[in-house]
Amino acid sequence: MSSWSRFTETFFNGPVMARYLPDILAGVVVTIELAALVVVTGIVAGLVLALLRSLGVRPLTWLIVGVVDLFRSLPPLVVIVLVYFGLPSIELSPSGFVSTWLSLALVLMAFSEEIFWAGITSVPKGQWEAARSTGLSFRQALLSVVLPQALRLTIPPLTNRTIAITKGTALGTVVAVTEILGQASSAMSNSYNPSPLMLGAAAYLVLFFPVVVAGRWIETRFAWKR
Amino acid sequence: MSRPIVEARGLHKHFGAVHVLRGIDLSVAERELVFVIGPSGSGKSTLLRCLNRLEEPSSGSVVVDGIDMLAPRTDLNQARQRIGMVFQSFNLYPHMTALGNVTLALRKVAGKSRAEAEALGKAALERVGLADRAGHMPGELSGGQQQRVAIARAIALEPRVMLFDEPTSALDPELVGSVLAVMRSLRESGMTMLVVSHEMGFARKAADRVLFMDGGVIVEQGPPAVIFERPVHDRTRAFISQIQRH
Repeated sequence: MSSWSRFTETFFNGPVMARYLPDILAGVVVTIELAALVVVTGIVAGLVLALLRSLGVRPLTWLIVGVVDLFRSLPPLVVIVLVYFGLPSIELSPSGFVSTWLSLALVLMAFSEEIFWAGITSVPKGQWEAARSTGLSFRQALLSVVLPQALRLTIPPLTNRTIAITKGTALGTVVAVTEILGQASSAMSNSYNPSPLMLGAAAYLVLFFPVVVAGRWIETRFAWKR
Repeated sequence: MSRPIVEARGLHKHFGAVHVLRGIDLSVAERELVFVIGPSGSGKSTLLRCLNRLEEPSSGSVVVDGIDMLAPRTDLNQARQRIGMVFQSFNLYPHMTALGNVTLALRKVAGKSRAEAEALGKAALERVGLADRAGHMPGELSGGQQQRVAIARAIALEPRVMLFDEPTSALDPELVGSVLAVMRSLRESGMTMLVVSHEMGFARKAADRVLFMDGGVIVEQGPPAVIFERPVHDRTRAFISQIQRH
């Protein structure tokens, strides 16, 4: 047997792939559900925190910065394990799926808050002044003038961070979430062959490549001539 | 003389330890064009910004068109509609068209419908000679055109007084004329104006009164001919000769 055919036999074994494809596809569905929930709740929560922070109420700002710095420092895996094994001690027993969702959403919230905040503060002060001088309230100036400009600046870093954290859905494996990686690794141990892992890798590519391309498209779509 | 449109009394402003305005008394009559000149750091811009409370005065009083700007019960956002402001750096909203810039406050503050706001916005752009640029983004306009859109954004709200904070300082020399022409036509339409600028030629022709500020106080004031030709104070004389040398 040539070394090439040994390689394909090991990593791209047709019968093994065919046998475990349905499991991987089921994992894809779980990953999509999990990722969508994480992205939506994480980004919305991050935006809400950034808007609250813009009010400039000192104790509130300190609280937000504290929470954000905490979740930016902790490895997502640690957060997942803490939530999954820690919450039962206060009479809450979230499933592995919910634990992973909650943990990754908190981490994405923390990073996206910082990104939104950086965007809001990078809008020149003159924009606020022009808006307020025409009689717009703080809220109107924020929502109509500052935020649209801030959001445009946040799209590239936000896309990167979102993709990085969403790939963290694979960490759900440790709390028995049957997402792509979980399915692939159990298939791998059942078949004594790493081909399912290649299938899993392909599934991640198919899932995330369009997201990366979409991010690039949004970036150009929302650019305006300065 | 009619009731003053702008009346500031005993205005002081501190930025931390820096005492920027040291007791300003200023009264601007209806239809009057008042020029404010003075070296940088003399408090000219701060004075303007205290009048619409972009800066919070440390003490004193400001009354604009009969409204006490510092009273807690004053609806500042409604009051600010009566005070147009034009900035050195234009500060147009880069994500909106020229018309969008002009109509935003008409819709959100003055409560006009979209159609009404657009009609008023187009009329304002017409007044600054940019009716044909309504659909352009600020980035597609020259500096002079951007500043004229900024003027349109302010006058669309039909303010009782216009504050100009160095409106031509950021412009290339060949674009200054177009902005001054708009200011001149505003003046002719009877707009009350308070202008911080060193456009001496314009001041000479158009201003009713020139204030010279230095060190946070109004050192002297009078008709342009007097301030520019026969100032009383040495500081004024030194400043005038300095800016005329350029």
